[in-house]
Amino acid sequence: MTLTYYLVLAAILFTIGAVGVLVRRNAIVVFMCVELMLNSVNLTLVTFARATGTVDGQIMAFFVMVVAAAEVVVGLAIIMSIYRTRRSASVDDANLLKY
Amino acid sequence: MTETLGGGETVVFWVLGPIALAGALGMVFSRNAVHSALWLVNTMLAFGVFYVIQGAPFLGAVQIIVYTGAIMILFLFVLMLVGRDSSDSVVETLRGQRVAATILGVGFAALVGAGIARATQDMPVTGLQDAQGGQRNIPAIAELLFTDYLLAFEVTSALLITAAVGAMVLAHIERDPGSRQTQKELSRARFLTSDRPQTLPGPGVFARANSVAVPAILPDGGRSEASLATGIEPEEPDQMPRPTGREQLGSPDAALGTLDPAPLDGGTQR
Repeated sequence: MTLTYYLVLAAILFTIGAVGVLVRRNAIVVFMCVELMLNSVNLTLVTFARATGTVDGQIMAFFVMVVAAAEVVVGLAIIMSIYRTRRSASVDDANLLKY
Repeated sequence: MTETLGGGETVVFWVLGPIALAGALGMVFSRNAVHSALWLVNTMLAFGVFYVIQGAPFLGAVQIIVYTGAIMILFLFVLMLVGRDSSDSVVETLRGQRVAATILGVGFAALVGAGIARATQDMPVTGLQDAQGGQRNIPAIAELLFTDYLLAFEVTSALLITAAVGAMVLAHIERDPGSRQTQKELSRARFLTSDRPQTLPGPGVFARANSVAVPAILPDGGRSEASLATGIEPEEPDQMPRPTGREQLGSPDAALGTLDPAPLDGGTQR
């Protein structure tokens, strides 16, 4: 077994996340798919940190986690305020920049 | 110095890899958004274990605490507030979009996966022993974080404060001062406009279960429709045969050993 398996698994999970973003209509589920993509990139970073023998990759994964946490907080607040005005969490309903 | 990957790690990968994959697929394919969230928790826990066995125990712990502990709970909170019963519509806005997205996804995964597999199949694994210089993982990360990455670390604090303020601004409901109704006005409105001034009965009350799916029982033995939660399939509890008179064994008097002071039907006491 080589580290390739981790990288291929991360690539597959990234793709599943991307397909989910394209296919799903519920804004919250779309958000979860984005989280999955961020996570699989983290796995790639950690794997390459191990392969190259530096801790830098782990630090980058750490920063990705921080940014993802901040992004989730703001994104979910946006979804809530959209829901409050439009009574729907579907990405198709929010097709105007106003109202 | 190169590192060899042991058999234990192989076993862990082949057990948790399919679990992570199943979690991701389940998240995309479940109709219910709450199920999606639970599938994603599954995947994230598997990722936490992957970090630990790849020499990043700190990231593994952070993954479990921050992602599955904080972020997914936040997701579930918003789901309960917003979209729990607004399940996904099956209607395609763009015709053929789903098929196109799936084909695109399979193609992308094959391309990137094959490219990565070919490029890294002979990649030497250096391992983290030299980089950590005899230290353990957390001191090594701390040393790098507070020297080379200090600026990025400090900027992170600005990002987090901005995110907190942004969430508060977006989730805040603007009300004119004085427009908030007092408790007296609220209770008056409730008594004047509704025929049910009291609270709704709780589910499971006087039934033989305390599940939220079990309706409360009315004094006549029927189900109370008002006690049913929205969005949950009501469940039929198995009922004990209801006692019909005071003389039956189930009556409190019989249980306490006290006799009924005055039998209702005037019959003989047992």
